[in-house]
Amino acid sequence: MVKKNTYWDSSSLMTISSKLGSLKGIKQVGAVMATEQNKKLLREAGLLTDEAKSAAPNDLVIVIEAISEDAARSALAAAEELLRAGRPAPRERLIRPKSLESALDRNPQANLALISVPGEFAKLEVLKALRRGLHVLLFSDNVPLEDEIELKRLAKEKGLLMMGPGCGTAIIDGAGLAFANAVRKGPIGVVGAAGTGLQEVTTLIHRSGSGITQAIGTGGRDLWREVGGITMLQGMKLLEEDPETEVIVLVSKLPHPDVERKLANAIERIEKPVVVDFIGGNPTLIREAGGIPAGTLEEAALRAVSLASKRRYVPKAFTMRGEEILSKAKAEYKRFSGRQRFVRGLFSGGSLCEESIAILTGLIGPVYSNTPMDPELKISGLQPGKGNTCIDMGEEEFTKGKPHPMIDPGQRQERILREARDASVAVILFDVVLGYGAHPDPAGALKPFIEEARATAERKGRYLSFVASVVGTEEDPQGFSAQVRKLEDAGVIVMPSNAQAVRMASLIATRGKLKGAFGLR
Amino acid sequence: MGITRAGISVVNLGLESFAKSLEEQKVGVIHVEWRPPAGGDPEKIKLLSLLERDEVDRANREGIERVLKSQPVLVGIKKALEAIPGMREDMFLHAGPPVTWDRMCGPMRGAMIGAALLEGLADSPEGAERLLRSGEIIFEPCHEHSAVGPMAGVISPSMPVFVVKDKALGNYAYSNINEGFGKVLRFGAYGPEVIKRLRWIEGTLAPALAAGIEEAGGIDLRNLIARALHMGDECHNRNVAATSLFTRAFMPHLLRAGLSNDIVGEVAKYLSETDHFFLNLSMASCKAMMDSLAGLEGSSLVRAMTRNGTEFGLKVAGTGEEWFTAPAPFVKGLYFPGYKAEDANPDLGDSSIAETAGIGGFAMAAAPAIVQFVGGSPQEAIDYTREMYEITVAKNGNFTIPNLNFEGTPTGIDVRKVIATGIAPFINTGIAHREPGIGQIGAGLTRAPMECFEKALKRLAEEFG
Repeated sequence: MVKKNTYWDSSSLMTISSKLGSLKGIKQVGAVMATEQNKKLLREAGLLTDEAKSAAPNDLVIVIEAISEDAARSALAAAEELLRAGRPAPRERLIRPKSLESALDRNPQANLALISVPGEFAKLEVLKALRRGLHVLLFSDNVPLEDEIELKRLAKEKGLLMMGPGCGTAIIDGAGLAFANAVRKGPIGVVGAAGTGLQEVTTLIHRSGSGITQAIGTGGRDLWREVGGITMLQGMKLLEEDPETEVIVLVSKLPHPDVERKLANAIERIEKPVVVDFIGGNPTLIREAGGIPAGTLEEAALRAVSLASKRRYVPKAFTMRGEEILSKAKAEYKRFSGRQRFVRGLFSGGSLCEESIAILTGLIGPVYSNTPMDPELKISGLQPGKGNTCIDMGEEEFTKGKPHPMIDPGQRQERILREARDASVAVILFDVVLGYGAHPDPAGALKPFIEEARATAERKGRYLSFVASVVGTEEDPQGFSAQVRKLEDAGVIVMPSNAQAVRMASLIATRGKLKGAFGLR
Repeated sequence: MGITRAGISVVNLGLESFAKSLEEQKVGVIHVEWRPPAGGDPEKIKLLSLLERDEVDRANREGIERVLKSQPVLVGIKKALEAIPGMREDMFLHAGPPVTWDRMCGPMRGAMIGAALLEGLADSPEGAERLLRSGEIIFEPCHEHSAVGPMAGVISPSMPVFVVKDKALGNYAYSNINEGFGKVLRFGAYGPEVIKRLRWIEGTLAPALAAGIEEAGGIDLRNLIARALHMGDECHNRNVAATSLFTRAFMPHLLRAGLSNDIVGEVAKYLSETDHFFLNLSMASCKAMMDSLAGLEGSSLVRAMTRNGTEFGLKVAGTGEEWFTAPAPFVKGLYFPGYKAEDANPDLGDSSIAETAGIGGFAMAAAPAIVQFVGGSPQEAIDYTREMYEITVAKNGNFTIPNLNFEGTPTGIDVRKVIATGIAPFINTGIAHREPGIGQIGAGLTRAPMECFEKALKRLAEEFG
């Protein structure tokens, strides 16, 4: 085929000949502009036909050698098609950065890295971020302790915050990171080594009408002896120096005694009021250091709000009026059958589970758990509950290769049905955590399973009581009151805090016997 | 105020939902398409963590400063024996890392035979082969003598070479003169017409070019490369704009050099027919730029990537003169009529010094006319250049790409980034026939073998481990 005075560039022609060459029955193809040089090439390939020989340098020549005339003809047709079609329209593509470095290259202003890659790969990314002057929130778990120490020391040396590993939440300069709630700005700064603890405190502060400056997460191991509270101490210093922070709140699971002492020393040096809830910690030590100990996350939040608004804090077991509490409780326990007496807590938030164990133990005795206070009370989370049990469903046995219960309610749905079959269970206690990153409608996802569980129990002549608290704010994507309403529609008693939910569950499970402990008559 | 002072701006690595949440909150966030570094290999990750340190960054910054400052200028043409440091009467230089006669690929053997004939060391190809096999001729890489040559890259003592001086840093680089297209030494041809052509280059072309260059007082090559990038060259697989620019700058000086009309005519004809004339100058320029990294302790920047048709070789600034090698890859490409992939020699030539310096394949976005080699659309060419930013440490403001809003070319390949991202440097290249003497049979693209970078990473880590 010769096309007179038709110019195609050589690389396009090479593309055409490779396309034609791949067609069935085609032995070889020459697609060239008929220059002397190219004709020489055709001759050497045995493709210089007479027609090609007489073509001029401005002519396009396509020569096809095929096993049959038919094959050649269809290839020529294909060639016509390719020449007519021109080139395909370019695909629009947005290439995203593939590394931290190239992301920084595109946005040199970035100042915080939110890292949730698998733990085994986290160290290198954190190193890169810190060395480039970024604060880090490391969501990932499974980071070796010695790496955590190395990275936190490096961060401290560089004046940067290294939140995590295992840091599930933070609110930094107004941005909710990882699992965080929409909390208004205000005078209270929080540092927490307990993810949902931090969420519980910040949302309670918000719902009490106040707000926060910063909520700094440290990761669960920060207050271990080996790490020594590096991040919490840094966070305290930041909040102390921050002119907008008037009150500081510290929350953590039980710290190592050495670290607790170190923190107490730091509290002693701080002039701003410091409210402390170390779940199961030593309140005397804190008080002696000039800190304000709080027994629950709720108390920590409310004390902070009182301090910030210069109002007196009045401790209360329940926010609702006593009669109302009692009548609600009674309406539940009067329907129990004989053997029903235990509380089964099914938590998506680890610190909420821990707080529940601490409160329940004081009220109704030993609590079995996959994360117990007393190692003797350890059971696997996958085992059925026994006696009073609180299960942290965010622990490894549930999350290995599966999403966290705050994102995917599947495992909790099943677990609710399973507990309902146990004749000794009186109350199922649970949390619903809202906010960015969490399931879009956790209450709605649990509701049908709560109803089914209750129906199962009723078929056996039992009544199953459900008590919950919702961690969240009205401004969260899921909306606090909408979620509460869904739970109440399913007959769940929704309490305004985890602590109150635990107390309510105890009151119901003990069939009102605890009312004296709560000052109710 | 606040913790981040300027207001929070986030880089998100991992769960994409976290980035989405931040977007919902109207917080600035850039999501990284993260994959496990080094393909998740724990050993390599350990080495990378070991090399994630300030000393390396500092050395790399120093290195990049040198590369960006470098200003290659063509200052003359001389006989290889006189110009090239360490060159000897009994030495032939070649492309790529060191290689013995036994392991040499066809085109390089052919070029060696041609060189022996040119030097008058043998009077037949058979005699030349006997001589070359005997060990009487020393083979050394061009790269070890501040030189580079395309394809076989054979430079023998009497050949004229371009002398390129880095005006900023004072070092020199050398390259042979392009023979044009067809049957040529660099593809292993050694017939009488090849030798005749080489003698013409030595006897006529080189002295004329030398006279013109002298008259000009040197020709700034960095400037020509920069302008050619704006005219559709990437200065490796496409040099037609650069050659034209050179010709335009050079002709007035040639005409003033007092040569006969016949000679001027021959030179002009040669320049007008030799699209890749500038390739050798582009390569020498890149060599001068990258040699500024020599001896830069602690640096993880790549100083040379090159192939001898048998092996691919890598040199890194911080590891001295050591070569890190792996088998030369095959080129994925398009073929001239009558040839196919089975005819191709594995990757060959020093010309990948262009990519090492951030042009060639790295500047693919600048050369829409040859995008057929990378899949066909200008968008794909842009993607290739964009990808190379992932493994380089700087953008070269001297060489900008109009198509990328005049962003500088991706410059300074960091061994650490190559390993971490798993992105191997991308190389535009010609394809030689595996038999000596047949010549170029196509062009295409390939990637530097990861194995070289893995070896280099290990050696670098040893310095700090």
